[in-house]
Amino acid sequence: MCTSFLGELLSATHNFSSANPAHTANTADTFKAALYVTTATINAATTAYSATGEVSGTGYTAGGIAVTNATNPSSTNSSATAGVGYWTPSGNLVYSTVTLSTAFDTVLIYNSTQSNKAVSVHTFGAQTVTAGTFTLTMPSNTTTTALLRLSTT
Amino acid sequence: MLVTTTKGEMDDSLLEKKEGVVDDENEYTTWVEYWLDGELVHRSAHVTLKKSPFSDLFAASLG
Repeated sequence: MCTSFLGELLSATHNFSSANPAHTANTADTFKAALYVTTATINAATTAYSATGEVSGTGYTAGGIAVTNATNPSSTNSSATAGVGYWTPSGNLVYSTVTLSTAFDTVLIYNSTQSNKAVSVHTFGAQTVTAGTFTLTMPSNTTTTALLRLSTT
Repeated sequence: MLVTTTKGEMDDSLLEKKEGVVDDENEYTTWVEYWLDGELVHRSAHVTLKKSPFSDLFAASLG
């Protein structure tokens, strides 16, 4: 998870929810997912989306694709003194009919509504795609498997 | 079955198909390739991440 994101949560910078009284409009921000080549430096220190090191190729638009967000964040107590807040995109990340010849291994989730501020970085084995589809299947949205989980212990 | 390739849509009977799986602690990935006369004309990959960037939060003790 991007370190800057943790601090920005305390200032209500990011809104994953369509029902949030802290914001004037109950409209969730728009989040996007960009892919990065294996040589890019994208990690927990990343504070915002950058085109540097991003993949390029036929069918891929710089900035990546929009993240489907139809499910508001949830939270659950795991004990009297601890709990988990969690969120997962409601749809898989699908890059259809693309050709990405340079190997890539990272996806950056970022908030395009809020100056492209970084949310999280996820890595996987290096891939290329040729006139095909790259899919990142989202995990189940539970306290133990959700894509983003914030826990108190 | 028609396959989207670098040369347009082609019937898969004309192509050599290769498939693979990566299953480790970090991900479950499947990929498929179609080759035509030694040339890669289609490759797709599907990744399921097994790990997410979990963050532990701590509240300071007072007093």
